[in-house]
Amino acid sequence: MHPEPLNSNPEPLLAIAHLTTVFETTRGPVAAVDDLSLEMRAGETLALVGESGSGKSATALSIMRLVQPPGRIAGGEVRFKGRDLLRLGEREMRAVRGAEISLIFQEPMTALNPVFRIGDQIGEALVVHGRATRADARHRAIELLRSVRIPSPESRIADYPHQLSGGMRQRVMIAIALACRPSLVIADEPTTALDVTIQAEILDLLREMKAEFDLSLLLITHDLGIVAGTADRVAVMYAGRIVETGSVRAMFRSPAHPYTRGLLASMPGGRRGERLRAIDGAVPLPGDLPAGCAFNPRCPDRFEPCTSAQPPDYAAGPGHTAKCFLLDPQSAINPEAASRKPQSHGPR
Amino acid sequence: MALVEVSHLVKHFARGGGLFRGGAQVAAVDDVSFTIDQGETFGLVGESGSGKTTTGRCMLRLTEPTSGDVRFRGESVLAFSRARLRRARREMQIVFQDPYSSLNPRMRARQIVEEPLVIHRLGDRAARRGRVGELFRLVGLDPAHLERYPHEFSGGQRQRIGLARALALDPSFVVLDEPVSALDVSVQAQVVNLLMDLQRQLKLTYLFIAHDLRLVEHICGRVAVMYLGKIVEMGPTASLFASPQHAYTKALLSAIPIPDPDAPRQRIVLDPASVDKSAVLKEVAKGHWAAV
Repeated sequence: MHPEPLNSNPEPLLAIAHLTTVFETTRGPVAAVDDLSLEMRAGETLALVGESGSGKSATALSIMRLVQPPGRIAGGEVRFKGRDLLRLGEREMRAVRGAEISLIFQEPMTALNPVFRIGDQIGEALVVHGRATRADARHRAIELLRSVRIPSPESRIADYPHQLSGGMRQRVMIAIALACRPSLVIADEPTTALDVTIQAEILDLLREMKAEFDLSLLLITHDLGIVAGTADRVAVMYAGRIVETGSVRAMFRSPAHPYTRGLLASMPGGRRGERLRAIDGAVPLPGDLPAGCAFNPRCPDRFEPCTSAQPPDYAAGPGHTAKCFLLDPQSAINPEAASRKPQSHGPR
Repeated sequence: MALVEVSHLVKHFARGGGLFRGGAQVAAVDDVSFTIDQGETFGLVGESGSGKTTTGRCMLRLTEPTSGDVRFRGESVLAFSRARLRRARREMQIVFQDPYSSLNPRMRARQIVEEPLVIHRLGDRAARRGRVGELFRLVGLDPAHLERYPHEFSGGQRQRIGLARALALDPSFVVLDEPVSALDVSVQAQVVNLLMDLQRQLKLTYLFIAHDLRLVEHICGRVAVMYLGKIVEMGPTASLFASPQHAYTKALLSAIPIPDPDAPRQRIVLDPASVDKSAVLKEVAKGHWAAV
């Protein structure tokens, strides 16, 4: 472990610029991630929010360079601690994966190997990266299981994955992810398969681990409730692009993109039995995007430029940007848009 | 008036063991009783494995209960003959969670919606076609898409097809088993609105099985909380959410992620040892029962 430079260093931990990941289809290449730029500072929790097909998981896999054919990274940079991961050789990249950046998946049962004892799987992560000898691995695995609050870790290390509950399996996944003390953990829907009470425990654990292991966390989720309680900053994805970025408070108090506003407004709340304020239409399929802003067919605020050009990032506040022509200072519509009150969306 | 009455429902499954080894019995549903009034949306919540889906399936006899009784309009569903059960099924329908796996991929949308009418020998071909078109419009689908296959529809549209099929026989009671949890967030609200609209329009009674407690709070008039096969708390949604009494309910409600970064978070952790498994439901407020 090299000590991290102090935060006075302006270099972000992770700086993604113009990342484009395409999937080859019979109808030609389709961009799952489209010209995506994103920065993460050390120690931060960034929530990447989006629905299925929005490209959030493809973004995670691109950072790890785990995109499988017919997908491929077509361009851009992924700078991690100053190095562009897309330019590393496969061997160097293997030293990054799991050791400096690790990934936690939604369904731990598929990520864990069913025929190996969990202690061996944790040990393997340590030995592969030269963080422990075979002799030492068992002891370190027990320590890690204890740190993710698994009761009686001495006997648990001999368990197979199927002997554990979903929540316990996710704790084992977290232990494996933390084994080599990475500085960035990417958690892709880590609690989606879990019950609400277990979800809360895993989110608490991730928060604790973040402090204890001095981590940065890229949390991929579709659940705005989780975002509100966990993230420092939020990036909202739609159809392969980040349509809005800002602090968690800005995102919930003054969402700037009509999609973000729509998501927040559509959540259950208000008077019981009242119709919800749904967003019309469906998520477009990658490869079948409308011209202009991909959200325009569903957007209540659509006006002329939206159907012809893709909106660039516009400032919506300090550290807060959105890809929406409503925010264009040149736009005649802008003053009206700026004065619009964010919709209220209390949980009750 | 109660449309459906469930009393002392029990369902045992054999755990492990296999056919000849006589494995242990596990009570998936353990002495569950509740009633659902005409026109009501009754919520059933609990963790996976708590028995909520099994309860719903037993009520329609999609799973045969071990013991107990289910009465529909006062008649015992469990005592029904095959012929009588078949007629009863016209009134009691179910919509499943996953619109991707619950529709036959080799059937056209029209055939999927029409099938119950064919099985129950209702109407001639022309009448059935007319009814399918009507159902399509009812659930907000375009009848021009009747001849498409399931994969040509989005998730939200597929769930509408599932709903059209469930409504084909004009049921009065529908079990909704996690009807929106497989859908994209931006589409969930549309389907929730549709469910509420259909309920008003067709005077439907719903059993709403869900893990999304925010949604349950929004659409259910009453709710029952299941824990390890038993109902541990039941009552009007407003009362139960405002003052949960059972340790599990308290833990469950405190774990709901609140979509507000400034909301205070005080999670209550359940100590399973603190749950008195022999406690019976008693009335703690008007219509609000808890096993404490």
